[in-house]
Amino acid sequence: MSTRAVETWTLQPLTDFVREASVRLVLVLTPSGQVLAQSGFSRAVDVMSAAALAAAIVATTGELARQLRQPPFAALNHQGLKHGIFLATFPVERGTLAVLAVYDLDVSSIGLVQLFYEQLAADLKTASPKGAVPKQVLAADFERELTDSLNTLFGR
Amino acid sequence: MTALEMITRVRGVRGAMLVSADDGLVVAEQLMEGIKGTAVAALAASLAGRLRRAMEAAGIGASVFWHLQSEKGALLVVPGGGGLLVVAVAEPEVNIGLVRLELLRAAETAL
Repeated sequence: MSTRAVETWTLQPLTDFVREASVRLVLVLTPSGQVLAQSGFSRAVDVMSAAALAAAIVATTGELARQLRQPPFAALNHQGLKHGIFLATFPVERGTLAVLAVYDLDVSSIGLVQLFYEQLAADLKTASPKGAVPKQVLAADFERELTDSLNTLFGR
Repeated sequence: MTALEMITRVRGVRGAMLVSADDGLVVAEQLMEGIKGTAVAALAASLAGRLRRAMEAAGIGASVFWHLQSEKGALLVVPGGGGLLVVAVAEPEVNIGLVRLELLRAAETAL
């Protein structure tokens, strides 16, 4: 399975997570949908779709939590017949990161994904560049940055 | 007395859990301090799934009881009905036969 990163400090924690949790697809992204790393995807268009949908879910559940006057939801798990989707956010020095993982129910489980997600979040917090200032995403730059990320992830 | 209490009253048992076999999540637990229940549950359920497939491949039917002995203790598991696993964490010198009996009883009552 291919695991590639736009930001190299995410690569080892993500590789470990994929191996330990036996997940099929993973994205590490910002809540605005910028992709930092991916595993298991073979097409850029799938990464774009998954990142956009994950960012939309993070925004939606964040707003729902705000309206309920509670902190943002820690994680979301959605289970189908064959696959499960796990989406969670956690803070790092530069802001918030989100992890989207898709797992096959016959090779992994939500318990396993949650267990190793905690390790992934801790490893990413440790590995994230120190002293980095959270960067504001401007609409004008978004598409260019997304294209650059996809070019890096898919070796174009 | 609950099913888990019946298991943990056996001398040398450090904890017992009911685990959802499909999800790897803890359903109920009675654990001594220092045992990471969520990790044991997730990994035991993962192992149970792989063992089940190995036994199916070997054509020897479903597992009834497994006992993993380690340096400092043992992990004992009985796959119960209703997709539950009954798990015990024990010290090395525990009476395995007695724990097995209580795990099998718990698997029956936990349905």
